[in-house]
Amino acid sequence: MANNLGLTVKPVTPTTPEEEARVAAWIDTPEYREKNFARQALVVNPVHACQPLGAELAAHGFEGTLPFVHGSQGCASYYRSTLNRHFREPAPAVSDSMTEDGAVFGGQNNLHEGLENAVALYEPRMLAIFTSCMPEVIGDDLTAFIKNARQKGALPKDLPAPYANTPSFSGTHVTGYDAMLAAILQTLTEGRKVEGRCTGRLNFLTGFDANTGNYREYKRIFEAFGIPTTVLADISDTFDSPNDGTYRLYPGGTPLADAADSINGKATLTVGPYSTAKTFGWIKEAYAGEHVSLPMPMGIARTDALVLELSRLFDRPVPESIRAERGRAVDAMTDAQQYLHGKRFAVYGDPDQLLGYVAFLLEMGATPRHVLCSRGSKKLEKELRALLDASPYGRDGQVWMNRDLWHLRSLLVTDPVDAVIGDTHGKFAARDARVPLFRFGFPVFDRVNKHRSPIVGYQGAVNMLTEICNKFLDLRDETCEERFFEMMR
Amino acid sequence: MADDVKVKTVEGITRESTQAMIDEALARYPEKGRKKRAPHLAPNDPSACSTCVKSNRKTVPGVMSARGCAYAGAKGVVWGPIRDMAHVSHGPVGCGWYSWGTRRNLMSGRNGVTQFAMQMTSDFQEKDIVYGGDKKLAVLLKEVKELFPLAKGISVLSECPVGLIGDDINAVAKKMSAELDLPVVPCNCEGFRGVSQSLGHHISNDTIRDYVIETRTFGEPAGPYDVALIGDYNIGGDVWSARALLEEIGLNVKATWTGDGELERIAATHQVKLNLIHCYRSMNYMCRVMEEKYGIPWLEFNFFGPTKIAESLRRIAERFDDRIKESVEQVIARHEVETRQVIDTYRPRLEGKKVMLYVGGLRPRHTVGAYEDLGMQVVGSGYEFAHSDDYDRTQPEMPDATVIYDDASEAELEHFVSRLKPDLVASGIKEKYVFQKMGLPFRQMHSWDYSGPYHAYQGFPVFARDIDMAINSPTWKLVKAPF
Repeated sequence: MANNLGLTVKPVTPTTPEEEARVAAWIDTPEYREKNFARQALVVNPVHACQPLGAELAAHGFEGTLPFVHGSQGCASYYRSTLNRHFREPAPAVSDSMTEDGAVFGGQNNLHEGLENAVALYEPRMLAIFTSCMPEVIGDDLTAFIKNARQKGALPKDLPAPYANTPSFSGTHVTGYDAMLAAILQTLTEGRKVEGRCTGRLNFLTGFDANTGNYREYKRIFEAFGIPTTVLADISDTFDSPNDGTYRLYPGGTPLADAADSINGKATLTVGPYSTAKTFGWIKEAYAGEHVSLPMPMGIARTDALVLELSRLFDRPVPESIRAERGRAVDAMTDAQQYLHGKRFAVYGDPDQLLGYVAFLLEMGATPRHVLCSRGSKKLEKELRALLDASPYGRDGQVWMNRDLWHLRSLLVTDPVDAVIGDTHGKFAARDARVPLFRFGFPVFDRVNKHRSPIVGYQGAVNMLTEICNKFLDLRDETCEERFFEMMR
Repeated sequence: MADDVKVKTVEGITRESTQAMIDEALARYPEKGRKKRAPHLAPNDPSACSTCVKSNRKTVPGVMSARGCAYAGAKGVVWGPIRDMAHVSHGPVGCGWYSWGTRRNLMSGRNGVTQFAMQMTSDFQEKDIVYGGDKKLAVLLKEVKELFPLAKGISVLSECPVGLIGDDINAVAKKMSAELDLPVVPCNCEGFRGVSQSLGHHISNDTIRDYVIETRTFGEPAGPYDVALIGDYNIGGDVWSARALLEEIGLNVKATWTGDGELERIAATHQVKLNLIHCYRSMNYMCRVMEEKYGIPWLEFNFFGPTKIAESLRRIAERFDDRIKESVEQVIARHEVETRQVIDTYRPRLEGKKVMLYVGGLRPRHTVGAYEDLGMQVVGSGYEFAHSDDYDRTQPEMPDATVIYDDASEAELEHFVSRLKPDLVASGIKEKYVFQKMGLPFRQMHSWDYSGPYHAYQGFPVFARDIDMAINSPTWKLVKAPF
């Protein structure tokens, strides 16, 4: 008898349809919601991933850079396939395949062998090394391991190899992005600061942003201003590369020389205050020029703030084309405001994007009823609350910190909204609540080209507006009684 | 195995040409890496009595392997598809998040009520690493039972840190099983164990042996045609089409392992008459256990493409009486017409096209016949995590001298593809966009590229359509710009 749990052997007893219907109704009740929100240990359908995923994204934003996972190989396969699915693009990265013996002897041998093979096979111009759980738990000393690798010749002396500790049991993908970006910039800029030198360039930090359209949109705005910019880190060509019949292992990324010289920039601007906290903190100490932190420019006011700041930093007038673009975006918003005004939304996502969704909705006169973050700080909670309170449309908004999508489901079925904004993972909750889900976040596994459509800047506001309003209009056409089915909407 | 097999050949491929191609790929490695990789690459020898490549060895660090880990094999493959259990990814948040909904093992039932295609995790934090996660696990298990009362059991799937910090999930599971009167199955499938997903399959089979099988009995009396469908994970609905065919020939499918699986039916499988196994790699272990312990014979079969389906049905029929034998002939004849139509439609469009395969533990051999039904040739094949018994079964299926690769690195695959210039590459998501950027048609063969089912007679028209649309899509003609 293979019954190690000591349970009584019983006949197979299928769940009856009545029982299923009873529980299906129960999970939609306020009583269930109360139980659900009382959870202490169980996390169900979280929105956050682990640090190394973000580290890999940051690494892909630099020219010729091979992400290198120090840890189990399965980790690397998971990060890669997540990025593959979201962007529908290759995501080359290696791991040093630590196994049981690594747990006993440490991972130095794996690391050295891995470096030697990776350099020979994939000829990177930089290796960005980061950790998954195993070496973090056993306490591998990456500093010593990498130094030893140089001495042994497993790692060429002149090949930059920044490394970051990115344990999956603290922080999220956003933290890991920040840690890797800081490590890369610290390595590349080391000894490169020249007193009195100014490149005249803007260093621009996006934070964890998996929308290649956003990067192109930012660059278009900088070009309109004529501001030379170094985007740190630029994933737009890495994850939106042309299909011309040739596979390129490293199709894009910020040139390493530009990144190295960024320490002598005229100004550094981050639009990811939450997802570049560590990097920006260090930049403020180390980099020349001005240092400015702005919210992610979603909606009109936040884009205005970016435009004004660019104008101030580089002492240039706002270009006529940008002024006209703002006017067109506002025109689109006034034309369509009636389709969004008073609509109730649930929004969830990473901190910087989340603030952006809320700001955009408030500008449209919509109500962000549920604002949920899977992992966020008190500071974020305060900032969200203040943003909501500053608008008559936000006062009914509720902020839910450190909650997951199973909590969200309870909210949607007990305190309904008209739509949800988030990523693909919200599709189950949205379906159960019979409301549309707008996939402006990361990842998107079930729609095409979302990562090519910017949600930042004036154009981003138009894009979000168009997608949301037209969906509501589609729904009305699909569901209204025939007598109310009409030509115009 | 190779006795009665006709040796196939591919024009232009000789042992020498393949070996030369392998040597070129190996030339890029440092010496140590080259030595380790060389035994994993070889020209096929269909008549050899020993396997031509080494397999199930540690991955060479730094080569860009496609392999996953033991946890992936446990969560993604064996446990995850059981629909009426809560599967807890025990440890940090990532593993469960990455494997959430990304295998396409479809499920009946209502999400969160009777079916749990969800990401449940203990989301380990620093303090759990320092103080251990056993207490948190006990609380978590209670919460699962309270919030998901119709779950028939809970699997606890350990991630790397759990094993490294010395938690005892087995003790927690035992205690909580008694307290909750619910099977709580501990599965020590930390990702650092073993060399690939494969050990995760084995560990999971062992936990089914130790904690599940024989803990239930079927309520209805046993019949002579009671079988279990083993090693089908219902990718894109495969179980549903395979099950329908087995029932059409008169068998009574009592349990499916584990696609759209039900825990209690799996637990009562020791009462069936025959186990029919599709994915040998991931579930041969439990077939052997059931054979040894309960005397249940098992039979491998192949439901890809009409040739292999008919062969398999006849082989299955041999294990039963005339009623099933006659029924099988009628079923084959009944499906002949539609199958002929599919082949008449697609074969002229696909005749002579070449395909390279690189998949997990079954499809690099099992799908060969289906491509051949469409007039195509397989010019290279290999597995991420197979063992030598898989390669033994592969060699006779593959044409002579074609390249066989085990745990191929991306550099190797790229090289073989650039030399062999296949018309289609059939592999996984990590490979897909590499080859599409080369302008090469590609289909994901782990997930059926969001299509399916591909199994049985219902699956073949879908497979044929998908292969045709991949290869003959007009979009490939746009790749080269006219300027």
